[in-house]
Amino acid sequence: MYESEAKLAEPNATMRSGVGNVRATVPREHRQTVGNTRVDNPRIRCNKLNVYYGDTHAIHDINLDVGNNEILALIGPSGCGKTTFLRCMNRMNDTIPGCRVEGEIIVDKQNVNSPEVDVVPLRARMGMVFQKPNPFPKSIYENVAFGPRIHGLTANKAELDEVVETSLVKAGLWDEVKERLDQPGTGLSGGQQQRLCIARAIAVQPEVILMDEPCSALDPIATAVIENLMVELRQNFTICIVTHSMQQAARVSNRTAFFHLGDLIEVGETNELFIRPGHQLTEDYITGRFG
Amino acid sequence: MLSLVLVLLLFSSIAYYVGRRRAFSAAGGQIRQLHSLPGYNGLYVALWCGLPALLVLLAWLSLEGAIIDNLVVAALPRDIIEQGAERVTLVLNEIQNVVSGTIYGEPDATVLAAAEHYRQLKSISHGALIGLTLVLPLAAGAYALRKINPRFEARNAVEGVITGLLLTSSTIAVLTTVGIVLSVLFESLRFFQSVPITEFLFGLEWSPQTAIREDQVGSSGAFGAVPLFAGTMLIALIAMLVAVPIGLMSAIYLSEYANVRFRAVAKPLLEILAGVPTVVYGFFAALTVAPFIRDAGGLLGLDVASESALAAGLVMGIMIIPFVSSLSDDVINAVPQAMRDGSYGIGATRSETIKRVIIPAALPGIVGGILLAVSRAIGETMIVVMAAGLAANLTANPLEAVTTVTVQIVTLLVGDQEFDSPKTLAAFALGLVLFVVTLFLNVIALYIVRKYREQYE
Amino acid sequence: METGTFPTQGGRKPLGIIQAGLAKRKAAETRFKTYGIVAIAAGLVFLAILFISIVGNAYTAFQQTQVKLDLYLDPDVIDPEGTRDLDVLSGANYAAIVRSGLQDQFPDVESRRDRRALNALVGRGATYDLRATVMAVPDLVGETLTVWVPADDDVDMLLKGNIDREAAEEGRRLSDQQLAWIDQLESRGRLAKRFNADFFTKGDSREPESAGIRGAVVGSFYTMLVTLLLSFPLGVAAAVYLEEFAPQNRFTDIIEVNINNLAAVPSIVFGLLGLAVFINFFGLPRSVPLVGGLVLTLMTLPTIIIASRATLKAVPPSIREAALGVGASQLQTVVLHVLPLAMPGMLTGAIIGMARALGETAPLLMIGMVAFIVDIPQGILDPATALPVQIFLWADSPERAFVERTSAATLVLLFFLIVMNALAVVLRKRFERRW
Repeated sequence: MYESEAKLAEPNATMRSGVGNVRATVPREHRQTVGNTRVDNPRIRCNKLNVYYGDTHAIHDINLDVGNNEILALIGPSGCGKTTFLRCMNRMNDTIPGCRVEGEIIVDKQNVNSPEVDVVPLRARMGMVFQKPNPFPKSIYENVAFGPRIHGLTANKAELDEVVETSLVKAGLWDEVKERLDQPGTGLSGGQQQRLCIARAIAVQPEVILMDEPCSALDPIATAVIENLMVELRQNFTICIVTHSMQQAARVSNRTAFFHLGDLIEVGETNELFIRPGHQLTEDYITGRFG
Repeated sequence: MLSLVLVLLLFSSIAYYVGRRRAFSAAGGQIRQLHSLPGYNGLYVALWCGLPALLVLLAWLSLEGAIIDNLVVAALPRDIIEQGAERVTLVLNEIQNVVSGTIYGEPDATVLAAAEHYRQLKSISHGALIGLTLVLPLAAGAYALRKINPRFEARNAVEGVITGLLLTSSTIAVLTTVGIVLSVLFESLRFFQSVPITEFLFGLEWSPQTAIREDQVGSSGAFGAVPLFAGTMLIALIAMLVAVPIGLMSAIYLSEYANVRFRAVAKPLLEILAGVPTVVYGFFAALTVAPFIRDAGGLLGLDVASESALAAGLVMGIMIIPFVSSLSDDVINAVPQAMRDGSYGIGATRSETIKRVIIPAALPGIVGGILLAVSRAIGETMIVVMAAGLAANLTANPLEAVTTVTVQIVTLLVGDQEFDSPKTLAAFALGLVLFVVTLFLNVIALYIVRKYREQYE
Repeated sequence: METGTFPTQGGRKPLGIIQAGLAKRKAAETRFKTYGIVAIAAGLVFLAILFISIVGNAYTAFQQTQVKLDLYLDPDVIDPEGTRDLDVLSGANYAAIVRSGLQDQFPDVESRRDRRALNALVGRGATYDLRATVMAVPDLVGETLTVWVPADDDVDMLLKGNIDREAAEEGRRLSDQQLAWIDQLESRGRLAKRFNADFFTKGDSREPESAGIRGAVVGSFYTMLVTLLLSFPLGVAAAVYLEEFAPQNRFTDIIEVNINNLAAVPSIVFGLLGLAVFINFFGLPRSVPLVGGLVLTLMTLPTIIIASRATLKAVPPSIREAALGVGASQLQTVVLHVLPLAMPGMLTGAIIGMARALGETAPLLMIGMVAFIVDIPQGILDPATALPVQIFLWADSPERAFVERTSAATLVLLFFLIVMNALAVVLRKRFERRW
């Protein structure tokens, strides 16, 4: 399996295989994105996105669309910038000191990467699920009710109860927890905790769910449950998922984007990309020559 | 006495060289033959030479006075002893004065005779001590020297002794606690023989005078400590009302809002407040704050005592701000970043994240920190001694003067008075209460904080 | 309930609700942030007021009003027989010489009452200083000395603006006549504010003009010496045992809990312990630095142990494994490899513990280091007081002139503390190591 410790992309991340090392030094002009980055009627459109951590240039000139009701998988070796890219879309990089994001992220004809745009409604529209399940140290009910409460989405307790139930049902957790909503969320198993976090994100009724390696801390059975859930959720939400597992990307996503050292190397329909990769680096990666 | 210690040191260093030489010659000059290096053999002899004698010396010095006093008292004429313990103490003082050469007036013959006896005992004791410090190291050193041979495991022996010494050092903390408990407990029990414990704990009147004549009105004084407890609580409460909001909000701002540079400046500045000695706070309270509050109260038409609980509590609160703030800072920083990410990811603002996620998560740690701060406020002495009053008023009005447990301990024990009066013993009873209450708070607080840390480790 | 639908307020879109509530939440955010800034500002303002109030009161104490007098060391007064015997010199009436030196300035003052009023302008300290001078050099007898002697504290307060000249004469500490003399002396250049060396070289005194902090500083020094010599070795030894040797059992658990609790026991309780154990049980003398040092040792020990253990913990296990791997015993490993690496951190902890002990007052009150002591202590068994206790004593004195001296003594104490803490910071910076 692949390691998942490197959360932040660094362009000088070491490659494991000799082949990769040679390829990593291919000149810039050979690193143009292969495949169609654009879709019709996109939910999110990124133009010339660059991210810097202090002096380090983490991702370069990314152009990429996220379509409506699709699952877009972001794959690539550790430190390739896929998590950084994901965190641009709901401006979570704002919370990292020294991080600078340049370029446009267009949502509903508005560039949400401009400082005037308030992150509060943006993040409400783009729910996020993190690498490690991070339920709050509160009851299961309060975890799910957190978003609706702070945003004032419900008028009364009955409505709130309904939102909590709906979210838990959609997250496939309701049957397991309906008897013990008042117990701490931290007492659940890892997979249940992650589904609780998904329910917490759903409760705000976002348009997009951003998932940052949501299964990397889970066992295979819990992973399978979450993957099935993603396919279900696709009917109501747009999902953008970062994953280390090519198998996972192949199983759940419609489109796949392959990142390498801060560059977007190739984008395409998932089936296409895994069967006929258009770029040598993509082929090397999916055939396991480096990782 | 110092010279005896120096003699011991000299003996030990000689013993070290002799032991080392002995080890060398025992091995026939071939160090590899030895189990332990010659230095260890030397050290072994030196330890035997120095340690037992040093222990005897210390024991002798600490017990000498008490033993001689007892012997002298036992030899006093019966009629003095029958006059009771207080009279005996007086006579003993007089004897000691005569011995040390400060004579007031004409001591009578018995005293002079006893003083002569005292002097004799003292010189015998000194002679014996000097003899012992000369003989004991030589004997013990010779014993150790004989054990040296190539197979002797000097290193293990030396290390055993040193580990023993280290262990002894670490038990001093336990001995201190035992010493505190025993000393306050014994004196308190004596106090409770003359004043019932229920009166002390529940009595509403505190006026600890000692009688000049036996038949004087109110000769026993009143030892109801409730006004003291109430005063202590009142001042501690005011201090907490100042310190908790300011300390907690500063910690929150410093850890959640402030940038690195602001934090690097503001945090050490606030911590200066923790390094200022309490006597300085006391002086500040008496010199600046109390007059200011009195004048301000005067402007508002309020009658403020010049030693108001408000002034003492306010200054004590200032002292405790950095205490609350650095403890809260620690626990807030221990809340994992993932919690913040989770909250921000849903679209919560910073303050919503702090109020609804971070504070609830950090609450046990914060409560533990506040309990520690309360314990510190209750035990704080100098600020209240200098800025709170002596009048044992039972009031909840912060503008009046109140007194506290620590103020009374200081007042009862500073100055010369005989040690056995209920007045001085009362101080130990107050000390017992203070120790028990602060210990209770500390144990709970430290337990909560430890559990809290384990949760996120 | 039908799955997949969310109830919303009156069918509004969630985004609309969020946008509508945004302004209110923004305001709450700003408010909360302001509380934080206000809290920090309050803390800093308190700090500023504290320092301004102390420095503002203190700086005048470094100057003392002095009077320049020509003192004729009359052999008939000092040593009528001409023996130059030290006993005679010591018992002579120097007050008379100072008085006549002052009266030489105002030859026309005749009446006893006026003369007494005039004499009150000069502090009593002048007499003792003169005696010390003559005893040191007996040959001076017969000469005329021109010396600056300290003026009385009331004169000093007048020159420092703390006595109102315009106040009614009855309510003033100096009479109109005295004011006139002071003005004359000043115009002749015989009365001036000069550097107050006495403050640093003398012991305590009932007279503010000749009260100094030397005795208290020396007392503090001896107390700290005892504390350092006992608490540092014991603290390090205890920390080494607990961190490197102790087996995990109930006993070490008890020691550990004990140390943590002891660190939070009020300092006055340690004073009670010292009184009951060292003075009443072991019969050590009251008011001496030895007992003060013992009490402060017990008080500082937990701090030093906790700091030392933290430093030992920070030394990585690889260092120990490397030493143990070449056959060193556990003790050799600790003494030769771990301790040298941990030493700077332990010293830092010890200095911080010492700084705390230096400012500690309450336990010293309990063991009698609060007596009025004029002489400079010569050792750890001489009666002494300590700097913070001196501050406490002076703060209680009614004379106005003691306020500035208390503040100045506070400033000196804070200076020592700042030096010690700076030393700790430097030590930490210099030897800080990241593994």
